[in-house]
Amino acid sequence: MRKINTSVIGQKIYRMALKAGVNLTPACKSALRSARENESGAAAKFALDTLIKNSEIAIKENMPVCQDTGMAVVLLEIGQDVFLEGEPLQSAVDSGVKAAYADGYFRKSVCDPITRKNTGDNTPAILHTEIVEGDKIRITFMPKGFGSENMSKLYMLKPAQGVEGIISAITQTVKDAGSRPCPPVYVGVGIGGTFDYCAFLAKKALTRDIGTFNPRGDIADIEREALKRINGLNVGCQGFHGDVTALGVACEYAPTHIAGLPVAVNIQCHCVRCVKEII
Amino acid sequence: MKELTLPLSKSAAAELRAGDSVSLTGVILTARDCAHKRIFQILEEGKPLPFDLKNAVIYYAGPCPAKAGTASGSCGPTTSARMESFAPALLDGGLGAIIGKGEMNDAVRDALKRNGAVYFAAVGGAGALYGSAIKSSQCIAFEDLLSEAVYRLEVENFPVIVAYDAAGGSIY
Repeated sequence: MRKINTSVIGQKIYRMALKAGVNLTPACKSALRSARENESGAAAKFALDTLIKNSEIAIKENMPVCQDTGMAVVLLEIGQDVFLEGEPLQSAVDSGVKAAYADGYFRKSVCDPITRKNTGDNTPAILHTEIVEGDKIRITFMPKGFGSENMSKLYMLKPAQGVEGIISAITQTVKDAGSRPCPPVYVGVGIGGTFDYCAFLAKKALTRDIGTFNPRGDIADIEREALKRINGLNVGCQGFHGDVTALGVACEYAPTHIAGLPVAVNIQCHCVRCVKEII
Repeated sequence: MKELTLPLSKSAAAELRAGDSVSLTGVILTARDCAHKRIFQILEEGKPLPFDLKNAVIYYAGPCPAKAGTASGSCGPTTSARMESFAPALLDGGLGAIIGKGEMNDAVRDALKRNGAVYFAAVGGAGALYGSAIKSSQCIAFEDLLSEAVYRLEVENFPVIVAYDAAGGSIY
C-alpha cells in the first residue's frame, strides 16, 4: 500500500491546469498544421492561419489560448493499492483548480444552472475516478469549452442499426453542429455501456491524442470511416467551407445490454487542451 | 486584407461582401448571454441603455481577466446563435455591426439587411490573438456579471471575415 496525501494531487492539478489553459496539445498543433497544408478553401486557410498564429501568441504572452478556459474536467485513475489521506479528494482537486484559474488569469465560467450566478472560482471541477491496478495515480486534466460541449449528443440506437447507425449518428451530429462548435472539431465517441457510462466514454475518448486509433480493428475502422464522411461534409474550419471539418474521431467502447446500442458523441473544438501526469 | 475604421458608415458597410477578410480598428462593445438579458429588461422597462446603440459594434465575447499592465486577457468570440433572439431588436435600434462566430438564423439576416448592417465572424478559439489586438478595456455596464459584463474595447488590426453582408450574402 502506498499513502498519497490528496494535497499532492491538488498541487499537481494546479500546475497541469496552468499548462493546459495556454498550450494546445502537441498532437493538436501538428493536426492544425497538417489541416492547413491539406486545405483548399481560401477563407478556411485564413482561419487556420489565424489559429496557428494564435497558438504561438498564447505561448509567447503566456495567455489562455482560448478565452473559454472551460469547465475543469479531471480524470483520476487510482491504483487500488493507493491509500488516500488528507482533505476530501473533491476539495483537494477544487483547490488546485481555483488557484490555477486565479493565477493564470483564466476565465471563471462555472455558474449555478438555475440562477446563473457565477461560482467565482471555476469550481467545482468535474471529477471522474476509476479504480485500476497498481499503486500509482494517473491524472488527466482537460479544460472543456462549452461552444463545442453544447453541440454534443447521445443516441439510444436500436441494435439492428449496427455499425452503419453508429457512423451515421457521429456524422449527423457534426453536420447539425455546423459552424457553431468551432470546427475543425475533435470527435469523442462512446459506444455501448449504459446511458451515463456511454457519455463518460465519449469524454474519455477525447483525452486520447489526435491521430491515434483504437487498438481494436473494427472500432478503428469506425473511426476512419466517420472521419472520412465528416470531412466530406464541406463545413470546413469555422464553417467557412473546406476540406477539413474534423481533426480526428476517437471511439471508446464497452459491452452493452442486448436491447440497446447507446452512442454518445462529445464534440471538442480545435483547441484541444489536455495534460496527463502520473503520481 | 481590407482595413476598416469603426464606427462603420452605412456606405462602407454596403461595400462589404461575404467572404471579405477585414482588419478592424476602433471601438467595440462586448455583450453575451447575461448582458443581453439585462439589456432587454432595460428596453422593456423603457429606460435608457448605459451605452449608445447608434452605429455601435457588439462583440459576442467574455474575456479572461487582464494581467497587470495589459489591456485585456484572452478574448475570442463566443457562439452567436445563442444571441439570435436578441439581435434583431438591437439592429433595429441602431446597432451597426455584430462580431461573433458561427451561423445565425434568418431573422437576424433579415434584420441586418433591413438596417444595412453587417455580421463579422471572428475566428473562434483565437482568444490570445484577439486579446493582443485590444489596446484598452473599460467595463461600462453590469460589472457584477464579471466576464459577461459590457466592456468598451479599443481594438487595432482585429482580423475578421464578413459572414453576412448588408445585401443578404452569406459565407456559410
